[in-house]
Amino acid sequence: MTVSDNKLKTKNPVLGALGKLVQNQLFIPLAALLVLVLFNLIADPSFFKISLDQSSAGYPVLSGYLITIIDNASELAILAIGMTLVTSASGGQDISVGSAIAIAGSVVLRVLCGTDSRPTELKAPIIVAFIVCVIVSMIFGAFNGVLVAYFKIQPMVATLILYTAGRSIAAWINNNELPIISEPSFGYYGNFIPGIPLPTPVFIAAACMIIIALILKFTNLRLYSQSVGINPYSSRLNGINPQVVKLITFIILGACVAVAGFIKVSRLSTINYSVVAKDIEMDVILAVALGGNALSGGKFNMTASIMGAYVIQFLTTTLFKFKVNANAISAYKAVVVIILVVLSAPIVREKLMQLKKKIMPGSGVRKEVA
Amino acid sequence: MKKFAKIVLAGALAASMALAGCACAAGGGAKSDLIKVGIINNDPNESGYRTANDRDMKNTFTEANGYQASFAYSLKNDEQIAAAQKFIQDEVDYLLISAAGTSGWDGVLQQAQAAGIKVILFDRTIDADESLYEASIVSDMAAEGQKAVDWLASQGLSEYNVIHIQGVMGSSAQIGRTGALNDMVNANANWNLVEEQTAEWNAETAQQIVQSVIDRGDKFNVIYAENDDMAKGAVQALDKANISHGVGKDVIVIGFDCNKWALEELLAGNWNYDGQCNPFQASYIDNIIKNGATQKVVIMDEKGFDAATITQADVDQYGI
Repeated sequence: MTVSDNKLKTKNPVLGALGKLVQNQLFIPLAALLVLVLFNLIADPSFFKISLDQSSAGYPVLSGYLITIIDNASELAILAIGMTLVTSASGGQDISVGSAIAIAGSVVLRVLCGTDSRPTELKAPIIVAFIVCVIVSMIFGAFNGVLVAYFKIQPMVATLILYTAGRSIAAWINNNELPIISEPSFGYYGNFIPGIPLPTPVFIAAACMIIIALILKFTNLRLYSQSVGINPYSSRLNGINPQVVKLITFIILGACVAVAGFIKVSRLSTINYSVVAKDIEMDVILAVALGGNALSGGKFNMTASIMGAYVIQFLTTTLFKFKVNANAISAYKAVVVIILVVLSAPIVREKLMQLKKKIMPGSGVRKEVA
Repeated sequence: MKKFAKIVLAGALAASMALAGCACAAGGGAKSDLIKVGIINNDPNESGYRTANDRDMKNTFTEANGYQASFAYSLKNDEQIAAAQKFIQDEVDYLLISAAGTSGWDGVLQQAQAAGIKVILFDRTIDADESLYEASIVSDMAAEGQKAVDWLASQGLSEYNVIHIQGVMGSSAQIGRTGALNDMVNANANWNLVEEQTAEWNAETAQQIVQSVIDRGDKFNVIYAENDDMAKGAVQALDKANISHGVGKDVIVIGFDCNKWALEELLAGNWNYDGQCNPFQASYIDNIIKNGATQKVVIMDEKGFDAATITQADVDQYGI
C-alpha cells in the first residue's frame, strides 16, 4: 500500500499534491479567497495597494482595502471561533449573536456612562466595563447553553428567544437612551492606538486566535466537543458529560460576543440598538460553513472557520468597491451559500467522485492491485 | 414524566389565556369617556428621532389627557399592518400610524373605515386614497432635502463631488431627501455623485461605504447623509483617513434629524449643516382629535441649521 502510494506520488507529484489539497478542509476557504484575489487582480490591481498616511491626530496609519478587510473582519473572526465550537458540540447554530452584541455593547456604555447619556468623563475604568460586559455576555451565553444542553431544545429555536428579545433588552439596559462617549481613549479599541499604524481590532482578533489555539492545544476541548457532536450517547458512555461540554461552548461564544460587542461600540463610541451588528449571525454561520465545517456538528477546523470569516469580509469589501448596492450584497452571499450547500451535498459528492474516477481511472485501480 | 410535562404545558397555556382574557376585560371595563387610540410606530430604538417621537406620543396620549393608548412597534410594513388589524378588532376610536413603507395599506384602512375608526397618519405618508384617513401630519421630506441642497448650492463650490448615503430604500425620508439631491445633480454639470449607496440608517455601513470610496482613491468634497447616524459613521471613516471636515475644511458634512449630539458637532464646526425633521406630532394629533381636522395634510414647521450661524440656544431648543 505504502509502496504504491509512493509510486503514485513519484509518478505524478502535482496531481498527488493537488488531490491532498482538495481533501484538506482549508481548501474551500483558500479556493474562495484565491478566486476573490484573482478577480480583484484582474479588475483593478490597485485593490492591493497599502499606503502609510498620517492620521488626523498626526500619527502614522496604514490604509487600503486589505487593511479595511482585516480591520472589519475582526469581529467576524472572533465570533467564528465561538460559533465553530457551538456548531461542533451542539450540531446547531446560535442565531442570537447580533442581539447579544447589542446587549454587550449596551452594558459597556451603561457601566461607562452611568445614567447620564452624555457624560463628560467616564464613570468607571474601561477595563471594568469590559469585564462586566464579558460576565453579562457569558451569562446570556449560559442561558442559551442551558436551553440547548439541559432542556434539549434545538439550538436555533432556543437562541431565537434571545434573537427576538435581545435588542429590546439592550435598549432597556440604557433606559432607551443612546449614550455617546466623548472620551477619546475609549475609541482606541475600535480604531487606532496613537502611534500604532494597524487598527486595534486586528490585534484583539489575533489575541483571541492565540488564546483559542492555546486552549485547543492544552485542553481536551476539541476532543470533547467533537465527540459530543458526533455522538453524545457514546461520549457519555466514555465518561464525557455532553451537557457540560455543550454549555461550555455556549459560554465561550458568550465571551467572544463580549469582545466583538466591545469593539463595535468602541468603533463609533455609541450604539444604535436596532441596527448594531445586524444580521452578523448569518455572516458568522456562513464563515463556519465556508470553513468546510459540517453544520450538523462533529469534527471542526478552527483555522478554516477563521479564514472563512476573512473571506466573507473580502467579498463584502470587494462588492462595496464595485459599488454594488448594499441591499444586494446579501444576495451575493446567498449565491455563495447555495454553491457551498450544493457542493457539500452527499449526492453531488458521490457524482464528483464518480467523475474523478472516470477521468483518472488509474489511481483507484493501482490501489486495488497493491 | 412526559405526562407531567404535558400537564405543566396545558396549565401554562390556560394561565396565559386567562391572562389575555383579563387584559381584554380590563380594556373593555375601562372608563368609557377615555378616547381609545391605537398607535403604530416604528421601533423607538431605530434612531434618536424615533425615540423623541415615541416619548412625545407617550407624554401626550395619557389618561390625564383623556386617552387610553396602546402601542405597537415594528420596522416592517407587514407586521405593522397586522398590528393595525388587531387594533381594529380591539375597536379603538383612533388609529395613529407612522408607516414603515408607503404601499399596501389600502385594505386595512378600508377595514378601519368600515368599522368607524378614524385614521390619522403621522410622520410618514402612504400611497392610499385621501378619503381613507382623517389627516396626515407630516414632515415634507422633499422640502427638507431641497433646503439642504439649496444651502449646499449657496456655498458656491466650483465642483460638487458628493458621497450620497441613503436611508432604507423606499422610505419617504429617503425618497424625499434623495429626490432633491438627484434633481440638482442631473441639472448641473459640476455636481457629481461619487457614490450613491444605501446604508439603511446604519452608522457602521455608512462607515464602510465611505471607507471604500477613500480606499478607491476617488475625490469628493461633500458627504450628504440622510440621517445623523450615517453622517457620524461617514465622519468616522474620514477621521481614520485624515481627511478634514467641517467649516472651512476639505469635506462638507450634511446630516438630518437634528440630534442633540449632531447639533453639538455643528456648533464645534465639525459638521456643516443639519436639516431638522420635526418629531413632535403628538400635539398636532391631539388638536385634531379634540377639535376636528381642518385640512388633510398638515405640514410641520422645520428648520435647517448652518454650522456658521447655529447657537447654543438652538442646540438646547431643537436638539432631540
